[in-house]
Amino acid sequence: MFKYRKSVLTAAVSIALLSPAALAAGEQYFPITSYRVGPYGANGQSFFGGFVDYLNYVNIKEGGVNGVKIAWEECETEYNNAKGIECYERMKDRAKISTGPIHPMSTGISYALIDKTATDKIPMAMVGYGRTDAVDGSVFPYAFPLVTTYQMQASAIIKFLKEKEKGSLAGKKIVFLYHDSAYGKEPIVALQEEAKLNKFELTVIPVAHPGNEQGAQWLKIRQENPDYVIFWGWGVMNQTAIKAAQKIGFSRDKMIGSWWAGSEEDTVPAGDAAKGYMSATWNVAGKDVPLIADIEKVVYGAGQGNLGDISKIGTILYNRGVSAAVLSVEAIRKAQEKYGEGKAMTGEQVRWAMENLNITDARLKEIGATDLLPEIKTSCDNHEGSGKIKIQQWDGEKWVVVSDWIEGNKTLIHPLFKASAQQYAKEKGITPRDCSKES
Amino acid sequence: MLYREAGQFKTSYAADQQLFPIRQDRMGILILLAVVFLVIPATASEYWFSAILIPFLIFSLAALGLNILTGYAGQLSLGSAAFMAVGAYAAYNFQLRIDGIPILVSFVCAGLTAAGVGILFGLPSLWIKGFYLAVATLAAQFFIVWCLTKFPWFSNYSSSGVISAQQLIIFGHELTSPQEKYWLVLSIVTVMALAAKNMARSSTGRAWMAVRDMDVAASVIGIRLMPTKLLAFAISSFYCGVAGALYAFCYLGSVEPDGFSLDMSFRILFMIIIGGVGSILGSFLGAAFILLLPIFLDIAFPWVAGLLGLPFSSATVSHIQVLVFGTLIMFFLIVEPHGLARLWQITKEKLRLWPFPH
Repeated sequence: MFKYRKSVLTAAVSIALLSPAALAAGEQYFPITSYRVGPYGANGQSFFGGFVDYLNYVNIKEGGVNGVKIAWEECETEYNNAKGIECYERMKDRAKISTGPIHPMSTGISYALIDKTATDKIPMAMVGYGRTDAVDGSVFPYAFPLVTTYQMQASAIIKFLKEKEKGSLAGKKIVFLYHDSAYGKEPIVALQEEAKLNKFELTVIPVAHPGNEQGAQWLKIRQENPDYVIFWGWGVMNQTAIKAAQKIGFSRDKMIGSWWAGSEEDTVPAGDAAKGYMSATWNVAGKDVPLIADIEKVVYGAGQGNLGDISKIGTILYNRGVSAAVLSVEAIRKAQEKYGEGKAMTGEQVRWAMENLNITDARLKEIGATDLLPEIKTSCDNHEGSGKIKIQQWDGEKWVVVSDWIEGNKTLIHPLFKASAQQYAKEKGITPRDCSKES
Repeated sequence: MLYREAGQFKTSYAADQQLFPIRQDRMGILILLAVVFLVIPATASEYWFSAILIPFLIFSLAALGLNILTGYAGQLSLGSAAFMAVGAYAAYNFQLRIDGIPILVSFVCAGLTAAGVGILFGLPSLWIKGFYLAVATLAAQFFIVWCLTKFPWFSNYSSSGVISAQQLIIFGHELTSPQEKYWLVLSIVTVMALAAKNMARSSTGRAWMAVRDMDVAASVIGIRLMPTKLLAFAISSFYCGVAGALYAFCYLGSVEPDGFSLDMSFRILFMIIIGGVGSILGSFLGAAFILLLPIFLDIAFPWVAGLLGLPFSSATVSHIQVLVFGTLIMFFLIVEPHGLARLWQITKEKLRLWPFPH
């Protein structure tokens, strides 16, 4: 009998611990599934540092969104899918009352949450990662691959290269070197379509996780002798590739990485080898952006900064975290316009707002985020809202933006999403919404 | 006083051979089953189902599978996660490619597919033993994950390689709530755990243990090594395969090959080491320890920190959690190297004498 008494007791205690802390009335809740330890902890620290700092900034500077204070709760996922689900389930009860969009910052976790968030009516934002065919909002009402997707990014990179080659890529050789995972594989379809359209020769070369050994791949690249290498790396794979390119004498300014292969964490460890290396990005780095400078002044001035290491302010990932938070807060603002200012918004209301976002350059200027991120305009059949990137180049010390906003080829890429979303709907037995009836 | 078998006379062979020969054990199991089947579904919250109970049961099943192979038959394996991956992808493909196949049949087929793959990778066990065999099963781990990534047919040409599990329809009824999924997982796990307990004391189980203790001696007394070892691989992989299918269909909903990493194989191995090698109960205790303790610490720490007014950030909490978890593993292994199941056995023996130990 002892056994049962004990387990009942433990269960009772843990249930008591689990009951969510009472949410002060009228607060806008943000569940944050963050990671600050584990293999990608360093990336997470910058991103979620920026995210939380901006929420705090809105609270300090404006007293919240139209007077509604933002409250947030963090749960550590360690970039682990199972832990991500546990965190989500833990914070769900609170999020059902009022919630901002969840940013899992992990493709694996976002895939695992895509059905759950739709059932629980909690919007999920996957800014620059995650399930890309969720661009089709008729099948994925609660998932938002905001700003841009891997496919659109690949297409925009091709456009950039085409401009560089004076308008034609015909007969050129391009190698696509990628992390052999969901993340690395997604752009392949888009690149194949682009190759057909622009008549260049595409060779795809996978690198097994974690990618700290790429001798064979770069040997092959040397044999192929391509004009450009488009590079979809992640974590330790990035610096290894940059060093390997130097070793075989492949010019780094002919290498373009994805936005997960374009942060200071990738280039600084590669040292001199990284000079000239280019990457895509949907947000710019640096403290020149007025908003970033102001956050440093206001939030860190008040001693409430989230980062332990202040030197990370203004890095590409920190600014990305701020950008993601800007999008979230703008969504809350939009929702309040429709459903009542000065109230905490529910998941359903925020979802509507995220589908009707219209963040213009004028608005970005108002919040001091000019050129931090592109303009965003979403709709039911376009959950992406932009599809634009910039190309940046590492000058040995910092990232320098070398292009204006470049938009991928929407007419080529968006039908691919549509087809993939339809297949998903069929497999799952989902009846897509009629987007023409949405307002 | 309560736990004593005095006065329980067995008058038939059936009574002598039953799974739980002591009446109190039978009562205990019945009460336990009643609680988990009836009381818990009525009282637990969604969080408990989706984040705690379902993964606990699924990993218990996987640990049970590994325990059959490693604990009973003595063949060390590092490929459990890969066999789970086979199960998950097989169930997905059976559902996808055969029209109208019932989901439970898919699960069984997934288990059988995993068993087939298990036999294939079990072949080296006929020549090599111990750590060397562990390295050979490591090959299974890498090969299977590579294979599922390499050939897009397995994921139905999804551009990302991620598969998303189909609906769970049983007898025309779609299981959507976590509670229903819990019932399904629980039923499967209960049946398979009882089957395993039964198997362990059958001639098959005794043959496994003989091989484990000394394979030369076992072959001298007439146990044929090859079928015995391969059967252990097949059944173990069957369990892991079903666990993998449940993992994809009832827990995560969408899986990718990289999710079934070596790390997961190690976790399953740690579960049986901590829980008890060669014990059915141990598989459950080990899974509970490895899965639930970190969550408990994760929830308890901020609470304690808040109570004491310590300024812990969520990162600090995670670091402390890992520290405490590691320390507890060492503590348990030092105090009871035979695992938590052995502790329970000692408790039972003490209970028999309580309150008058001699």
